[in-house]
Amino acid sequence: MGLAKRIIPCLDVTDGRVVKGVNFLELRDAGDPVEIAKRYDDQGADELTFLDITASSDNRGLILHIIEEVASQVFIPLTVGGGVREVEDVRRLLNAGADKVSINTSAVLNPQLVADAAARFGSQCIVVAIDAKQVGDHWEVFTHGGRKPTGLDAVEWARKMTELGAGELLVTSMDRDGTKTGFNLPLNRAISDAVDVPIIASGGVGSLMHLVEGVQEGGADAVLAASIFHYGEFTVRQAKEYMRDHGIEVRL
Amino acid sequence: MIDIAVVDYGMGNLRSVSKALEHVAPDRKVVVTSDPSQIDAAERVVFPGQGAMPDCMRELNMRGLRDAVVRAAASKPFLGICIGLQLLFEHSEEGNAAGLGILQGKVVKFVKADMHDAVGHKLKVPHMGWNQVYQTMRHAMWQGIPDGERFYYVHSYYVVPDNQEIVAGYSEYPSRFTSVVARDNIFAVQFHPEKSQHAGLQLLSNFAQWNGRA
Repeated sequence: MGLAKRIIPCLDVTDGRVVKGVNFLELRDAGDPVEIAKRYDDQGADELTFLDITASSDNRGLILHIIEEVASQVFIPLTVGGGVREVEDVRRLLNAGADKVSINTSAVLNPQLVADAAARFGSQCIVVAIDAKQVGDHWEVFTHGGRKPTGLDAVEWARKMTELGAGELLVTSMDRDGTKTGFNLPLNRAISDAVDVPIIASGGVGSLMHLVEGVQEGGADAVLAASIFHYGEFTVRQAKEYMRDHGIEVRL
Repeated sequence: MIDIAVVDYGMGNLRSVSKALEHVAPDRKVVVTSDPSQIDAAERVVFPGQGAMPDCMRELNMRGLRDAVVRAAASKPFLGICIGLQLLFEHSEEGNAAGLGILQGKVVKFVKADMHDAVGHKLKVPHMGWNQVYQTMRHAMWQGIPDGERFYYVHSYYVVPDNQEIVAGYSEYPSRFTSVVARDNIFAVQFHPEKSQHAGLQLLSNFAQWNGRA
């Protein structure tokens, strides 16, 4: 026995509430972030990811309070992303209790941020989030919550980010996000094979079999899901038992 | 009176360590400190750390904390976490850095070429996530923690002690590596108990009560 594959519930937070969209749009309210975090911790989540999708900067400070409150009650790794623009933002989130900080749009606008943040705080706490969409015969990186194409090839970009110091990659298929049709397995496999750091597969989970496929076919080290947990379809424990029954090593 | 001092030398997020200690020992005074006199005055000391070992050593020296850490490691219940384990040794491959040399041995990196699991899948570095820890020594710090329990790791380097008698636990990735050492009043772990849910809190609770003997 060895390292377990991780299951990571994802909480998209805006204005102090957890929400979930479909293809990055049409947000639905899913509840209080601290309560939801505690529930997933009780169910055996291996980590939690919070994405601050707050549109206005007015409410930006809210996420810090939420992280502080969660971190004093939940003792598993917490990743926080959304709106990270400078090294100081990373420091603020780590000080609030985040263990890892996820950088997305800013990594594209300013790749040096990834290098600077990794040099200062260590690669172990720098996650680069890649939102990718199929364009022709390859996957292209998009930013700004999936609205802006960048012209960057997702696999090349993944390689570059790890060279700059990213310790982990969160790979989201925008074609699949919110669709419940499963991860984009070829995308995950291509990136997982291209780099040495762990990959978190994200976007599209609608059934527990999708989680199994993400690991076995997509080569993911961790699988991230939101709506199947938020709306009570499955508990994290059920997901882990299902993965274990399909031959995947999990922490139970 | 300070019950537990968490050594702050500017490397990493110490908030989670102190919060977890406060959670398991609400009646104890926990301070995060970079003041050598507070480390000297504390009943027990936690020595955490994240980032690169050369940077950690430089910060320890620059902040004048080195001697206080060495004194604590020689005299009172002392818990090293992650880089706080690696720093106890003589030398690290990471940046070819000298450590504190309190324990004999070195710190080496996982070798990429060897990193495949039983069915040939590539294993990633850093070693990140929940792995099983096998206990190789009876110790008060293991009380209430089953052998083979999972703890949360994130690291690319691991310790190789000269003396196998100080090995208190190991994990496999894919080969066996030392993840816990214990000698006298020192107990040091590669994983993060502050992030290892029930098992980690149990270990920290044990530390809050430990008399400094195996």
